[in-house]
Amino acid sequence: MDKKKKRRIMRGSILALLAVAIVYAIVNSGGVGERNVLKIGDDAPNFSLVDLEGNTRTLSDYRGKGVFLNFWGTWCEPCKKEMPAMTRQYAVYEERGVEILAVNIEQSTFEVENFMRQHNLKFPVAIDTTGDVKYAYSIIHLPATILIDEFGVVTNIITGEMSEQQIAAHMESIKPGATTAQMSQR
Amino acid sequence: MKMNMCECGQQNPYGTHLCIQCGRPLTDEEKEKKVADMRYEGSAVRSKTYNASWIDKVWNFFSSVKVGVALIVITLVAAAIGTFLPQAFFIPATEENAGAYYENVYGTFGKIYYALGLTDLYTTWWFQVIVGLLGVSIIVASLDRGIPLHKSLTNQRVKRHTSFLKRQRLFAQGSNDVDLQQAANTLKQMKYNVRTEDGAVFAEKNRFARYGAYVNHVGLIIFLAGVMLRVIPGMYVDDSMWAREGQITAVPGMDGYFLENKEFILELHDEQEQTAAMAEQGVNTVAKNFQTNVVLYKQPEGALPGNTSNLEVVQEYAIRVNHPLKEAGYAFYQMDYRLNDELKTMTFALTNKETQQSLGEVTIDLYNPETSYVIDEQTRIDIIGYYPHFTGFEEGEPQTGSRFPTNPAFLFKMFTPQTPEGETSFVGIQQTVEPLGDNAYQMRFVSTEFTDISGLTIRLDRTIPILFVGAIIFLIGVAMGSYWQHRRIWLLVQDDTLYVAAHTNKNWFSMQKDMKRLEEAVQLPHVVDQLDEEPQQQKGDDAQ
Repeated sequence: MDKKKKRRIMRGSILALLAVAIVYAIVNSGGVGERNVLKIGDDAPNFSLVDLEGNTRTLSDYRGKGVFLNFWGTWCEPCKKEMPAMTRQYAVYEERGVEILAVNIEQSTFEVENFMRQHNLKFPVAIDTTGDVKYAYSIIHLPATILIDEFGVVTNIITGEMSEQQIAAHMESIKPGATTAQMSQR
Repeated sequence: MKMNMCECGQQNPYGTHLCIQCGRPLTDEEKEKKVADMRYEGSAVRSKTYNASWIDKVWNFFSSVKVGVALIVITLVAAAIGTFLPQAFFIPATEENAGAYYENVYGTFGKIYYALGLTDLYTTWWFQVIVGLLGVSIIVASLDRGIPLHKSLTNQRVKRHTSFLKRQRLFAQGSNDVDLQQAANTLKQMKYNVRTEDGAVFAEKNRFARYGAYVNHVGLIIFLAGVMLRVIPGMYVDDSMWAREGQITAVPGMDGYFLENKEFILELHDEQEQTAAMAEQGVNTVAKNFQTNVVLYKQPEGALPGNTSNLEVVQEYAIRVNHPLKEAGYAFYQMDYRLNDELKTMTFALTNKETQQSLGEVTIDLYNPETSYVIDEQTRIDIIGYYPHFTGFEEGEPQTGSRFPTNPAFLFKMFTPQTPEGETSFVGIQQTVEPLGDNAYQMRFVSTEFTDISGLTIRLDRTIPILFVGAIIFLIGVAMGSYWQHRRIWLLVQDDTLYVAAHTNKNWFSMQKDMKRLEEAVQLPHVVDQLDEEPQQQKGDDAQ
């Protein structure tokens, strides 16, 4: 009988191993040949860009604050629409520990500066001239907003236009202490 | 465990056809056969032995040859269906428009095909499940048959029971007047491995041929595992990029690397233009060379994404078709190009409309325009607005459809000694609007330069060595099983009778030739092919 048991354990473990291999392959196959796709719950990839004022903006320097990371372009209509609302909400949430960093995708300084002036935007903007940060965050469609909490973890990824209400709610959600409060509630 | 006790005293696993020890038939079915079924040496195919727990049932399911064949057929049919229409990856439409594309091009069939998800068949979970199950089937079936077979082959006795010998396809018996030692020596000369016991000789050669099927299964499994490894980050990259002349771009899928396109070159044979007749027949001008001169840069160790301040040159290279740039396992292939799609610079002359006199020319870099272009102290042009891909006005506001200068337009403010207050003018390609009334000056279009864009593919495949090893093992297995045969000869003297039997897993003709040679050297009774009397039964003995 002992032999039978041993055989069953052997067979069971071989089958389990094969099942795990198949499931692993299927779960991961979506990204075959593509870049790693950023997911909610990942650590936000660190990056370093120089903003329009010439200051180096490094994501890790924002640790302890919530970061509202917005990818945009001047040609992108929804980007244009949501940015004034971002400016207004930034005025409210800056003192509550939420920072905006707007990353323009590969445009000229002239276009970006002109756009900022024209729309009277008051948050830091940096240009991703080579598309490096775009790839790090697997950005395909604009606008894209990545919410990063005070621990540097991605809490949400939003593509497409946001209303002012949504922007406020998103900023609220990454206010320092917000994620821990949520956890203790659970 | 239920055992089967042979008359010789050997305990055999349940389901065994021929005793492991002496070769006596154990099942009624086997006893009725004239010639023994030597597939797997008559050992019990393990799965057929018990059916106790659900684990065993699952195991037995995958061990079945019928199930294996069914899985192969299903895989082939599914893979074939995927070739009915081009897969979504290959169609000239974006992901969002794919559905419409299939319906427009292939009609209702295309619509259904798309709706069923068959346009992305090879990456669907169910297709991968089928291939996975096929892999399980190969592994389980091999273990289930290979292990008992191996045990039987390594435990062969010199002396077998006469009932075993009598049931061999080549068999003879006669009077015992043979020198067994001489027979053994002859067999040794014939490159057989010979073992003797008193009154018995057992000779075999090329036993490894029996393992061919299992070796090629191992190769297949390694191959499948190699394909599966592609999902592990860093093992496999297949990406593409557009590299614009004069620009440095991050390389997708290759973190920390940047590529500068210095120049794209397209050379045609004889500089020949496409004629109307050629166009009609779909013949393009024939290209001699597609080439992109590039510089590959790398960030210093530890630099963050986005930080391009201290890029180091890795190498400069001219990428041509079949001559990819190679670096760190990655390869950059020349795949595509766009000529004259995007403009690089535009040159205008600030001109007095009445006298047509030019006050000077300015050249604007369309990828990086400046705020102000100064001609002299009193004469300058300010750019108020820049629209690289002008698409029209909306509520009086010029719109741009993308960031690429395919149809650039500007809102200029022109200052001249004559008009120190400045005049505003909107200038696009073949379009000038003077929104604030008639101007004295205009920005007259002088010339333009185009950017060539090169389409490159970036590939990394670290699984290739694994696939290669898998394929080589597979071929070794096929060769083992195809070009060699496991031949065995038994000689047994019992009760003054000599029994001669021979078996091979294939190529019986050569086996008989071996026997003839042996018979010539030592006086043996001539073996008879017992199947010759019933030729229609000859099938089925070849498989292993």
